[in-house]
Amino acid sequence: MKPAAFDYAQPDTLGEALALMAKKGEAARICAGGQSLAAMMNMRLATPEVLIDIAGLAELQTIDIANGAIEVGAGVTQAELLAWPKLAEFQPLLAQLLPWVGHYQTRARGTVCGSLAHSDPSSELPLALALLGGDVFVRSQRGHRIINAEDFQVGMMATALEADEMIVAARFPLARPATASAFEEVAQRHGDFAIVAVGAVGNKDGVRLGVGGVADTPGVVDLTWPVADAALNDFAWSLGGADDQHATARYRRELVRRIGRRVIDEVHNALP
Amino acid sequence: MRYLEAGKRHTVRFTLNGRAVEGDAEPRLLLSDFLRQTLGAFGTHVGCEHGSCGACTIQMDGKAVRSCLLYAVQVEGKALTTVENLATPDGLNELQAAMQKHHGLQCGFCTPGILMSLTQLREEEPNADEARIRDVLSGHICRCTGYDGIVKAALDVFGDVFGKN
Amino acid sequence: MTVQGASRKKLSVSAWTRETSIDVTEGPKCWKHRFGPSLLGLHVAYWAKHENRFPSVNNSTEISQNGKWVGQSMPRVEDPTLLRGLGRFADDLPTPANACHAAFLRSPIAHGEISTIDTAAAAAMPGVVAVITGADLLQYSAPFITGVKVDAPQYALAIDRVRYVGEPVAMVLARDRYLAEDALDAIVVDYQALPPVVDPVAAVDAPALHPGTDGNVLHDRYFRYGDPEDAFATAAHVVEGTYSYPRNSCTPMECFCVIADYDPGADAFEVMANFQGPYTLHTIMARSLKVPGNRMRLKTPPFSGGSYGVKQAVFPYVVALGVAARIAGRPVKWLEDRLEHLAAATSATNRVTTLRAALDVDGRVLALDYDQLEDCGAFLRAPEPATIYRMHGNMTGAYAIENLAIHNRVVVTNKTPTGLMRGFGGPQIYFPLERLMDKAAARLGLDPLELRRRNLVPTAAMPYRTAPGALLDSGDYAGSIDRAVRDGGLAELIARRDSARAAGRMYGIGMAVVVEPSISNMGYITTLLSPEQRERSGPKNGALATATVAFDPSGAISVAVSSVPQGQGHRTVLAQVVADVFACDPGEVAVATEHDTAKDPWTIASGNYASRFAGAVAGATHTAALQLRDRLSLIAAADLNIPPEDVAYGNGRIFARGNPDNSLPLGRSAAKAHWSPLSIPDAAGAGLRETAFWNMPELAEPDEGDRINSSGAYGFIFDYCGVEVDPETYAVRIDRYVTMHDAGRLLNPMLADGQIRGGFAQGMGAALLEELCYAPDGSFQAGTLADYLAPTAMEIPELTILHDQSPSPFTPLGAKGLGEGNCMSTPVCIANAVADAVGEDLTTLPLTRSNLAEILLGEEAPESASASPSTPAPTPTLVDGHALHGSGGTLVPAAPVEVWELLLDDTKLAAVIPGCHALTMTGENAYRADVTLGVGPVKGRFVATVALQDLDAPRSLRLVGGAAGPLGTSRGEGWLTLTETEGGTQIDYTYTVQISGKVAAVGGRMMDGAARALINQFFKRLVSQVDGREVEPAQGLLARLLSWLGIGP
Repeated sequence: MKPAAFDYAQPDTLGEALALMAKKGEAARICAGGQSLAAMMNMRLATPEVLIDIAGLAELQTIDIANGAIEVGAGVTQAELLAWPKLAEFQPLLAQLLPWVGHYQTRARGTVCGSLAHSDPSSELPLALALLGGDVFVRSQRGHRIINAEDFQVGMMATALEADEMIVAARFPLARPATASAFEEVAQRHGDFAIVAVGAVGNKDGVRLGVGGVADTPGVVDLTWPVADAALNDFAWSLGGADDQHATARYRRELVRRIGRRVIDEVHNALP
Repeated sequence: MRYLEAGKRHTVRFTLNGRAVEGDAEPRLLLSDFLRQTLGAFGTHVGCEHGSCGACTIQMDGKAVRSCLLYAVQVEGKALTTVENLATPDGLNELQAAMQKHHGLQCGFCTPGILMSLTQLREEEPNADEARIRDVLSGHICRCTGYDGIVKAALDVFGDVFGKN
Repeated sequence: MTVQGASRKKLSVSAWTRETSIDVTEGPKCWKHRFGPSLLGLHVAYWAKHENRFPSVNNSTEISQNGKWVGQSMPRVEDPTLLRGLGRFADDLPTPANACHAAFLRSPIAHGEISTIDTAAAAAMPGVVAVITGADLLQYSAPFITGVKVDAPQYALAIDRVRYVGEPVAMVLARDRYLAEDALDAIVVDYQALPPVVDPVAAVDAPALHPGTDGNVLHDRYFRYGDPEDAFATAAHVVEGTYSYPRNSCTPMECFCVIADYDPGADAFEVMANFQGPYTLHTIMARSLKVPGNRMRLKTPPFSGGSYGVKQAVFPYVVALGVAARIAGRPVKWLEDRLEHLAAATSATNRVTTLRAALDVDGRVLALDYDQLEDCGAFLRAPEPATIYRMHGNMTGAYAIENLAIHNRVVVTNKTPTGLMRGFGGPQIYFPLERLMDKAAARLGLDPLELRRRNLVPTAAMPYRTAPGALLDSGDYAGSIDRAVRDGGLAELIARRDSARAAGRMYGIGMAVVVEPSISNMGYITTLLSPEQRERSGPKNGALATATVAFDPSGAISVAVSSVPQGQGHRTVLAQVVADVFACDPGEVAVATEHDTAKDPWTIASGNYASRFAGAVAGATHTAALQLRDRLSLIAAADLNIPPEDVAYGNGRIFARGNPDNSLPLGRSAAKAHWSPLSIPDAAGAGLRETAFWNMPELAEPDEGDRINSSGAYGFIFDYCGVEVDPETYAVRIDRYVTMHDAGRLLNPMLADGQIRGGFAQGMGAALLEELCYAPDGSFQAGTLADYLAPTAMEIPELTILHDQSPSPFTPLGAKGLGEGNCMSTPVCIANAVADAVGEDLTTLPLTRSNLAEILLGEEAPESASASPSTPAPTPTLVDGHALHGSGGTLVPAAPVEVWELLLDDTKLAAVIPGCHALTMTGENAYRADVTLGVGPVKGRFVATVALQDLDAPRSLRLVGGAAGPLGTSRGEGWLTLTETEGGTQIDYTYTVQISGKVAAVGGRMMDGAARALINQFFKRLVSQVDGREVEPAQGLLARLLSWLGIGP
């Protein structure tokens, strides 16, 4: 289990990285923490010709509050965001959800934006971005653009990024006043890929429910109080999950109904 | 920009257990292979090469990380610590001694990675409780012990900032 | 000579050793003359430097004043090395500088003929030394010998057919592993797929996997003890159940490692492998390499990273690497990776058992009737079919049951060959037996514990001969249960269940009663032969163990054994055993456990398996040490001027019984045997080294009635536990688990508990999490440690361990094995508890949340009529069984006949196949394409075949094809229907596809989505082409994005 050969590039600036991406296109792959990519490369599922390591770019290491959102630079690890003192205050959902991302040892290296770019259907962070209606700030040599969560992840491990584009920051909207959030995950073991991950954010008008691990991309639905069982049921069916060796589609749908109900109730009870 | 071509060997320099080391590596050479095969630091073990088992865990710049998910060329200039760094000339350190006392190892293959995670955790959270210790240990697979002795060993040394031992 | 005064205090290790050294400096002149003072100085300096080399042991010296190290929880002597990261495991040993590194190409499919293997491109790649296929191997290798004589030859590489995913097909030798794997990707194998057989029940009537065998049942025998027919005919109650035990593995954290070399001058192989025995396999390896045993030198490393039986299965690779070294003309090294290990190393057998029990009105079990269908995978690889016979003598469990019928059938299927696994054969029988005991209790309205109590082997009957021939050596089963009930708090647990249930929670209690065999009879496997066949082949019996104990010229004690430990602490325990014999400190005893067949004593029974260490190996060591002590006593008696029978040992000294003032250091007399052999009594013999071979007379071959004492000792286990099942997720939480063991005398209780905890963790994994999953098409689905779910520290609950100690009358130290027991008892104990909690008969494992959900979930709420359409109903599949399905549709602004013409145009077709580099016609409407397929970062080159069939112009056609490449293979088909509609043609498509090989093994949870993505790419491009729009380059992300839009979920 050894990776195929690749060129290794460690740009000194973001500009250098973008120039190299423009030049290499599909042959290049960005590596920030590499906690998913390196494993896939070891198995030769992924065989990029050039690996562009952005972990050392100082300009991507920041966590800021700007434009009503927490802006997380592409070099920020999951552990660093989790340890950010203001996290629970400004976006409690992230504080609830980040401990479920991988393990202590992979969070130390894995980045928030890398998880978004990888877009594993069972990952928690793409679910958070979708649920919160966040976006990603994307750069290329051609310029920049902002891609909303709903447009960003287009399929299993597939995003709207062009070959020369790179996420430079993810933006998670700040928790609004008089809202509440909840998150729960069912996995075979602690730290495993989610069979079903369920998050919810709500206010006095209604609740937004998000589900990962079932469909190819996070599923999100807006529901109004009181949330009817029928609405949860229809949402569960709409995700179109499939059987795999860890769980049946039937079980996943049931978890969407049951855990969905649990997190919705938790949000409801936590509302002021 | 540092650009290292595939198929060619490039000199990598970093600090291992407080000493400057260097060796040549192709870009694709895994750090775990570099430590073991190039530097002869066999204490770091390889159990899965996909980041799941934790046997290859080391400390890098004050973080516990998987050395099988890093390439040797990525650690240029960094400070790495491996299991070989733990014991003093006088003997085992507290955590190691506690592992022996509580029979926290059998075959000893997963042990170096576990020691490195717990060492890092102790630096960050010296008062971590059992739940937190188990949470961190869940990034390791041990097939021999059922984890009981490992948890007990950790509990012996965590929460001991005032030196009860 | 120094005689210590009576007032002298107990000597520490350092004190006596230093003293010995000083004594030696005053020794014979010739000695000084020959070696000179510098060596002596070094010697003294060594002891001075190392006086604290065993600090943990010295701290416990007070314990030894009681006279016994055995029985103490002495810290392990292995640990200070391992904790420093200095343990020398196989991959840490020096690799010869001229060695090349091997990598295996493995079958991506479960069953198929190998049409061609093209290795030319791989052989020409940088750093490649050789590419070896089955045809090359055949020149130097004979088939592996098997326990069942069948015409199903097996080699270290597939020859002309593959029979399981992961089967080695070719081997690349290269300068390093990276280059070897590069070359693997360049080997092109053309397989003609054959229908796979995965389910053992289906295998019984399926076409034979092996052309030379009559079907897939390779072994079929009935056994009958007592009068089971009469018992069933007259029974008050008959209960029956069918239970299925899954495939799992104990997955050691260290994978296989082999370094092989061949010397053509001597026609001899030298191999280092982290092999664990049994050394019966040495004969098989040597025969397969076509050399006598003395030309197949096998060494094992000092440390091994766990095994639990699994490393037995390295032996085919020893042969593969031996042949490779012979072909390459240089040493070859191979280190198995985790994917290889999970897919293709080995597995426990999966077994389907129908068990019937006949009971009288009081709940006494009169008879059992087992119908066992054992699945050994693609080959009966030695020692199989041993799994099904290891328990043969104790198939009645802990119960006194006079009548027994057994029907054993062993089938081959398209899965990895099975082999040794901790608990070997135990979970496969105790899962049905102890589930059925619960079922019987329910039928009779008895408490499950009460039913078990009524059937236990009575204490007074020990040693007890079971109906099928086991001699249960010792134990107080009823008493152990009583103590476990009391000390483990069963009453409190029942109260917890009652209150939990009163609160509406799903809480259950389960138990299991198990007899744990240890020290396998080397003849048990011959039970599968008829008495006439056994008569012809000669008896196989016994369980020889060997150990060597010696004094070296410095008077220090060395021990060498062929136990090949894999983490159990053999060095510690043997130091305790020998220290007791010589009444010295265990720190003075050095134990070597690395093994070399060319130099160290060994027998076929050598190795680390069947829990033989405590009973047999420690026993043999004790025997050797006693023999050595008898000889030393003769020397010491002369030195002390006393009769030999008055020689006594204590505190590292030898002294006169009744006159401890007359004494000398232990090593002093021993050293004399080396330095002054002419000065010791003749009766003491020359050379203070004793090798003992210890045998068990109780382990006879099977008798004419097929009765077999399959093991030398039998421990007893009583487990019970309380579990709670989450009513929403069906997660099982183990609330409390109590395990009572009677394994005879405990040599080191701390290590014994460590073995129990480890076995429990693996048993718990087998109960709730672990399975080597195969899809019905034979694709393997648990290729990573994120898919094969070994428990972590978060999953393992508290464990209460209790001990009784009824010494075995048959082992030298009264000890029995205990490390495997919880792999036998825990799976069924937890299953019984979960069954009690949920009120359902549970007949298979693991009890994952999803598997429990399948049993417990009622009818699902349907989708409401107003909801948007979701996943369409499955379409017919290409082959029976598991497949991925999907469908879609698009309106195209063209008439059906125009669409049809485009479909049959090969240049247009080339444009619609995603990532198509080249397309060649191979027949009418049949093509072969070189494509790059991928989803996200995952990308691979494949050779695809596509054929258009069932043409019904211009209404419908079928696309049939597949793809093969380094990432795996796929087979699939798609249906297209064209319907004329207003504004053009409605194209509807459905597809079904099967995926096998690496991508399925490591990405199972993503396969559905990946297949959907790829096939949607294909059909979308088809639609675009027909539509007349220009198709975007396959690699364009924008194109991919577009292709996703408008496609259903």
